[in-house]
Amino acid sequence: MKARADPVRRALIGGIGATGIAAVGGIGWTLSSPMVPSGSMDGADVARGHRLRSGDFPAPAAIEEAEIVIAGGGIAGLAAGWTLAEAGFRDFRLLELEDGTGGNARSGRNDVSAFPLGAHYLPVPNREARAVRHLLRRLDIITGERDGAPLYDPYQLCADLQERLLWRGRWQEGLVPRSGLSARDSADLASFDRAMAEFTARVGSDGRPAFAIPIAYSSHDPELLALDGIGFTAWLDQRGWTSPVLRSHLRYCMRDDYGCEPQHVSAWAGIHYFAGRRGWAAEGAGENVLTWPEGNDRLARGMAAAFPDAISTDRIVHRVARDGDGIVVDSFDTAAGRTVRTIARAAILAMPHFIARRIAPEDVRRWDGLEYAPWLVANVTVDRLPTGRGAPLAWDNVSSTSESLGYVVATHQGPAARTAGTVLTWYMPLSRQAPAEARRLLLERPEEEWRRIVLDDLLAMNPDLEGAVRGIDLWRWGHAMARPTTGMVWGEARRAAETEPPLFLAHSDLSGLSLFEEAHYHGTRAAEAAMRHLGHAHETLL
Amino acid sequence: MAEVAAANPSRRMSAPAAALIASAFVVATCGLVYELLASTIASYMLGDSVTQFSTVIGSYLFAMGIGSWCSRYVRRDALRLFVRVELLIALIGGCSAAALFLLFPMVDHFRVALYSIVLAIGFLVGLEIPLLMRILREGFDFREVVSTVLTFDYVGALAASLLFPLLLVPYLGMIRTGFLFGIANAGVALALLMILPRRAELRLEKVTAMLILAVLIAGFAVSDRMQRWAETAGYEEPVVYAESTPFQRIVLTRSGNDLRLFLNGNLQFSSRDEYRYHEALVHPALGRVAEPRDVLILGGGDGLAAREVLKHPGVESITLVDLDPAMTKLFSRSAILTSLNAGALTDPRMTVINADGFRWAREARGEYDAIVIDFPDPVDFSLGKLYTETFYREVKRLLAPGGVAVVQSTSPLVAPTAYWTIAETLEAAGLTIRPYHAYVPSFGEWGYILAANGPMPDKARIPDDDRFLTAEIAPRLFDFPPDMARRPAPVNRLDNQALVRIFADEWGRYEG
Repeated sequence: MKARADPVRRALIGGIGATGIAAVGGIGWTLSSPMVPSGSMDGADVARGHRLRSGDFPAPAAIEEAEIVIAGGGIAGLAAGWTLAEAGFRDFRLLELEDGTGGNARSGRNDVSAFPLGAHYLPVPNREARAVRHLLRRLDIITGERDGAPLYDPYQLCADLQERLLWRGRWQEGLVPRSGLSARDSADLASFDRAMAEFTARVGSDGRPAFAIPIAYSSHDPELLALDGIGFTAWLDQRGWTSPVLRSHLRYCMRDDYGCEPQHVSAWAGIHYFAGRRGWAAEGAGENVLTWPEGNDRLARGMAAAFPDAISTDRIVHRVARDGDGIVVDSFDTAAGRTVRTIARAAILAMPHFIARRIAPEDVRRWDGLEYAPWLVANVTVDRLPTGRGAPLAWDNVSSTSESLGYVVATHQGPAARTAGTVLTWYMPLSRQAPAEARRLLLERPEEEWRRIVLDDLLAMNPDLEGAVRGIDLWRWGHAMARPTTGMVWGEARRAAETEPPLFLAHSDLSGLSLFEEAHYHGTRAAEAAMRHLGHAHETLL
Repeated sequence: MAEVAAANPSRRMSAPAAALIASAFVVATCGLVYELLASTIASYMLGDSVTQFSTVIGSYLFAMGIGSWCSRYVRRDALRLFVRVELLIALIGGCSAAALFLLFPMVDHFRVALYSIVLAIGFLVGLEIPLLMRILREGFDFREVVSTVLTFDYVGALAASLLFPLLLVPYLGMIRTGFLFGIANAGVALALLMILPRRAELRLEKVTAMLILAVLIAGFAVSDRMQRWAETAGYEEPVVYAESTPFQRIVLTRSGNDLRLFLNGNLQFSSRDEYRYHEALVHPALGRVAEPRDVLILGGGDGLAAREVLKHPGVESITLVDLDPAMTKLFSRSAILTSLNAGALTDPRMTVINADGFRWAREARGEYDAIVIDFPDPVDFSLGKLYTETFYREVKRLLAPGGVAVVQSTSPLVAPTAYWTIAETLEAAGLTIRPYHAYVPSFGEWGYILAANGPMPDKARIPDDDRFLTAEIAPRLFDFPPDMARRPAPVNRLDNQALVRIFADEWGRYEG
């Protein structure tokens, strides 16, 4: 027995020895596996925002005067200021909570490129978006006219290739899956497309386009507005579109624009995503978008440049109240550590509705059901460009299997044709949980964990980036955008958007859709209403 | 087959038995390493690692099944067959990585080669384990044999799967790993032959084992050179220089007096006929400018266009804008390359700027009497930007009054629509054009387009010492036969990149 066991034992010892060495090596290798790159963690200033909630501010220590005060320097506030400046109205002040204006459109910059922190593109505007077009002409983004249509600066139109989708292990052009579809998938995709084309072309009983941008120009045809009363998913069920491929594409779209799951979005908003765009441009650019390495900060800075002296940053507006015919605005100057009272004849509150309600509770009504979607944005600096099988790198790169919305490439729009490294702006709305719970998760999960999530997601899309990721800068948006849930766009609750002069509201919240055009429309509209109230002659841009 | 143990189940038998069991371990390890090599090379060459790993592992296991099934037909002398099978595995498996690397550029159906190798190894490994069990059964309890052989088989698999990513690929590389395990395979077979009692009968196997071992050791020794051949095979000629920069892969090949430059695998010039290309690129443009003093070259980091520009005596300054510092450095320092471009990059009149042409042109101020645009073909979207209307508007702005630009414009014979798209785009940018072409053997029929702010002279001054272009020949280049004649083509814009799509389509069709 011993004789026969010997060779086995010898071989066994050898085998175990070899395995042991391999195992030790394996553990060592695992421990030394690529570290998650470091970077910054930032976001809308939580401390300043929360200080507003406590309401703990000193009494005014200084007084200033202005005809109009704009509280809030996001796109709506900047559009209001720009409209005033454009009309030759000079006596106004814009007070911004953060240390810079731009709101959701702010940007960052490192040694590789500028990059967006939030909003990063503007679709070529529709015919009805006159005010936006006027701005784009002034900013030299529209450079002229050809064949009666606006001609856009080719450097600012998104260059080809615009979009690619990682679908079944291969990158394809466009975001709608095209290969390996079942007959059911193809039929539903085609039928959905046709229905959206019909909605795009449809004119309501009042002669207005069914779905317009800004939405204020949309038809009030009751048949269309009724769509706001039901959920998008319920509406899709009614129409019998059940293809999982179509549904997962629609989920991507709803999260992309609204930060919500399709079952929460109102059917009107859901359809608006597909039927609202009728971009008007020469040289076939109507379906394109305008974009820049720094995203919509290009537009924000363009507007702010028209009235730099009227802007005060680091000012927490904490109280807005009527005083006779006029209005007083108290704001805490974080640099000087004192409260400044601004006495004005009119005020434009260009801020999210829940903040406007808090600082002017007597004038701003409660908006029941208005909730905000939290987002995480990560700017990932890489030493080489992502590649992949199939379609080459595009501006917008999306994976069909990811919970994120994919990434946009900051250097896609130049200024160089070819770069060694780049910055990838990665987006993820936290739409699975209820907003409050998601917001808590966003703030409480350690940044190291978030970075690992971003890195894993990116490497799943682009294994070729292994070892090329140099840094991950996180940006948390606790209240990134209003959620256009059922009834939010056209329902009764939106009466909360109305105020009495001399107080005017201006924010994309008032549309329910967080789009540049909506914020810009409300800013422009509020500025014109304020000028009308004060009797300042101007030509309307709307 | 009873020789191993049955004759005398005593202590003497332990050495061969141990060798047999050790060989089960080695065979299992080697089998899995070959399988991992095939999967990794397949993902490396064909992409999509999930598909490659699944299909390779699947077909490998399937082939093992066939091998096991076939083992039932082995009725005589299992031991001899076992040794032969092991030697065959050593040879095929050991050479598999090298073979796959070298075959890839040469064969049209790489997958056929890949799966043949995978199936062959799988079949042989599948045949081997049952044989081993049968051999050992004679001296051992069957219960013990099955348990021992399978244990070593699986432990071997674990060893392989850990060693492969941790040590083998990073430190040895794939070709060398293949040979190393082939050597282990053949070594165990040889040891077995030495230990086994039937030495005389197995002489043929012993000689074969030594030969195979010698082949594999030689292969192991020249693995590095093979890795280089694998790249050379893609380039047809020996690679004399290769460098990966952040922007591109620069490869120089040389065979006799023929020096070739490849950027990302695309031929940029062959020293045998580059003079045809560069004379035709430069002189029709410069010869149409009354007094070309300030010349701009966009691209052309090899300095060959600059060499031609310097033949014009009045030239006072050349500005050369090339993306990649590695390119211009290489062509200003290497003796063999500076003799080719006559030291043009270090000429006192030369200013080399390493910048992105697209960005540089947009930001540049100043005027140039001649602009030579010598970019690589529009094979991708970033190169495509350098052929857009937007870019040509910047070029137009940089042209001095009476100045002429020339654009290398791919082959009007192979890609006529692409060629005429460039022409259409130059016109859309407001330039007057004169298209022409020349024959460059290593490229084929090649196209160029002159562009200026208004009509250009009919005649051009051509330097006397040109080897290809003469004053008599030059006018003929402007005639286009019907197969290259102008045809409808779109304007290439940044937001449609029509040229990149047309170019890929036409060259794809031409190359099949």
